[in-house]
Amino acid sequence: MDPNTTLKQREILVHDMCLRDGMHAKRHQLTLDEMKTLAKAMDRAGVPLMQVTHGDGLGGHSRNYGFARHTNEEYIAAVAGVVEQALISVLLVPGLGTMEELQRAYDAGARSVHVATHCTEANVSPQHIAFARKLGMDTTGFLMMAHMNSADGLLEQAKIMEEAGAQTIYVTDSAGYLLPDGVTERIALLRAELSPETALGFHGHHNLAMGVANSVAAVQAGATRIDASVAGMGAGAGNTPLEVFVAVCERMGLHTGIDLFAIMDVAEDIVVPLMGEPVRVDRESLTIGYAGAYSTFLLFARRAARRYGVDARELLVEMGRRRMIAGQEDMIEDVAMTLAKERGLFADAASAHVGSGA
Amino acid sequence: MDKIPCALIGSGNIGTDLIYKLRRTTCLEPVWMVGIDPDSEGLRRARELGLKTTHEGIDALLPHLEEDGIRIAFDATSAYVHAHHSALLTARGVKVIDLTPAAIGPLCVPPVNLDEQVELGADNVNMISCAGQATIPMVHAISRVQPVAYAEIIASLASLSVGMGTRKNLDEFVYTSSRAIEKVGGAKKGKAVAIVNPAEPPLIMRNTIHCQVDGEPDKAAIDASVLAMLAEVQKYVPGYRLVNGPAYDGDFVSIFLEVAGLGDFLPSYAGNLDIMTAAAARTGDVFAERMLRAQKEVA
Repeated sequence: MDPNTTLKQREILVHDMCLRDGMHAKRHQLTLDEMKTLAKAMDRAGVPLMQVTHGDGLGGHSRNYGFARHTNEEYIAAVAGVVEQALISVLLVPGLGTMEELQRAYDAGARSVHVATHCTEANVSPQHIAFARKLGMDTTGFLMMAHMNSADGLLEQAKIMEEAGAQTIYVTDSAGYLLPDGVTERIALLRAELSPETALGFHGHHNLAMGVANSVAAVQAGATRIDASVAGMGAGAGNTPLEVFVAVCERMGLHTGIDLFAIMDVAEDIVVPLMGEPVRVDRESLTIGYAGAYSTFLLFARRAARRYGVDARELLVEMGRRRMIAGQEDMIEDVAMTLAKERGLFADAASAHVGSGA
Repeated sequence: MDKIPCALIGSGNIGTDLIYKLRRTTCLEPVWMVGIDPDSEGLRRARELGLKTTHEGIDALLPHLEEDGIRIAFDATSAYVHAHHSALLTARGVKVIDLTPAAIGPLCVPPVNLDEQVELGADNVNMISCAGQATIPMVHAISRVQPVAYAEIIASLASLSVGMGTRKNLDEFVYTSSRAIEKVGGAKKGKAVAIVNPAEPPLIMRNTIHCQVDGEPDKAAIDASVLAMLAEVQKYVPGYRLVNGPAYDGDFVSIFLEVAGLGDFLPSYAGNLDIMTAAAARTGDVFAERMLRAQKEVA
C-alpha cells in the first residue's frame, strides 16, 4: 500500500506507540501473540499507523537497553500478517540502529520510520533519512528531548532533517517536561519557517500529565501528526493516552478516522490487562517529568536503586543534572555505584585502585 | 636521519590532534598535512608548527612523497574515501595507518595486538574507532581470563568533539567497532553503540563495557586483569580511568570508564580524540622504529 494514501485522508494522523514505546513498560517482553492481538484490534478500530520494535528501536536489543523476547523482524512480520489497513513504522536512532537494520525492517513489512536524534544532533541523521526515502518509506525526523533546545535551535535542527528528505518533523518531548506554551512556541516556529509541504508532529510523555494538553497545543499550532499510545502504555508515566486524545479530537471537530468506542475497548480489554505493572504518574515518573530526564530511565533507575541501596528519585535528578540524554541508561548504574560508594554501601576494584575514580 | 617522515591526510579534529601526538613520538616526523578546506583550522595550526600543507586533497601530496621521503601516512578523513587514498599511497610504497572506520586493513589496538601487527607488516592498518580503542583493551582483559560470549560497549562522546566525518560515518562506526570487539577483543559476538551528548560544559568521554562470560565469572582474576590492562593503556593515554566496576551481575561483568584527553587540540573532555590519536601515533612509532632498524642493517 502506498503510505501516502492511508495517511492523507485524515485531518490528524494518530500514530500508536504501544507496540514500541509500550515495550519499555513491558521490558521488551511482549509475545508475538500479544502483539498480533493488539495490532489486529487497533487496526479494526481504525488506527492508521503503529510503531513496532524494541522500545529503543532498531538495534535496541542489548544488555544496556534490555534484551527483547523476539527480533524486530519477527515482531514486524507478525504484525504485518494481521493488519489490513494500518501501516507499520519503526524507530531508528543513528548510533544504535543502522541502515542495514532499516532494510531488514522494510523487508519484514515496515513502511514508515521515525529517524531519531537528540534535539541538537540532527546532523547524524541525513544518511538514514535519505536511505529511508530511497526505500520509499514515510520518513520522519524525530527530535528527541526537545525541551533541551530552544525553538530557534530546534528550527535549525529541523531544517537539516528537512533538507535530507524528512517529510515530517517531530517535536519529541521524551522527558514529558514541556508545558503547553513550550510546545506551542516550538511547533508554531517550525510551522512558520519550514516548507509548507513538511508535516509537523508531536510525541508526548505523560509524566506531568500534560500528554493530551500538549498534543492539543501542538495541533493548534499546526501539527497534524500526534504520537499516542492506547491506554498510555509507554516509558515513564506513558505516552499521550490515545483513546483520550481521540475523544478530545472529536470534541474539537477533528477527524482522526479512529472509532472512539472501539479504541476504548482495546484500551480497557486488551492493553490494561497486558500491562502488569501499572503505567501511571507515580513518584518516580513524576520526578522524570519534573527533572527533565529521559522517560525510559524509569525502570532502570528503580532497578539500580534496589541494587545499590539509593533512592531512584535521587538517581533520576542526578541524571537530569548531568544532562544525560536518550541512550545513556548505562550511566544510571554508574551514578548509583558512585553514590553508594560515597556512602560506604559498596566497594569494587575501582574504589581500591589508586589514581582512579571520578 | 633518525626519524621517519610522515604525512597526515585530513585536517579535522582527529588529524589536527594527531599532529601534537606525532611530535612527541621518538621515530616519526610529521612533514605534510593534507586538507580540502583552505580555511581549515587544522591546516593553519599545521603551518604554524612547521608542516607543509595543501588544501587541494591527496593528489596535491602525491608528487612530493618521494622527494620528502614520506614512508608512513595517517588517514583521518572518511570511510567513504579511505580506500581511494590507501590505494594511491600504498602503490607508492607508503604504509597507511587508517583512522577512519573503513577498516580495509587489519585492526590494531596497541596493548592487545600491536606486536602481532608489526610482525605481519601489512600495508594498511586500521585503528577501528575511538570507542574501539577505549573499550577493546577491557574486552580483551576479560576474554584472556575466561571466554566472552557477548560484549557490548556504549561510548558517550561530547558533541563538540565529534566532527562531520564521524557524524556521516555512524553506521560504519557501529559495524567496524562491533567487528573489532569480536576479532581483537576476543568476544564471540560484539555490539557497539555511540551516543553524542551536547551538554555544556562538555562531558568527558565515557565508555561502558558489558561482557557476558561463559560460566561463573572468576572475579578475582578479572579484577586483576582489568587493573593490569588499565595500567597498560595509561602508559599512552594518561587520562584513561576506571570510574566504577568491574560490577558483577550473574554472568555479566560491567566496567565504567572515563577518558580525559591531554587537551592538545580540543579541551580535555575530548578523550575520544586522544585515545584514537595516541593509539595511531603509538602504532606509527613502532612501525617507524622497525623501518629505521632495517635502514641501519642495510647501511
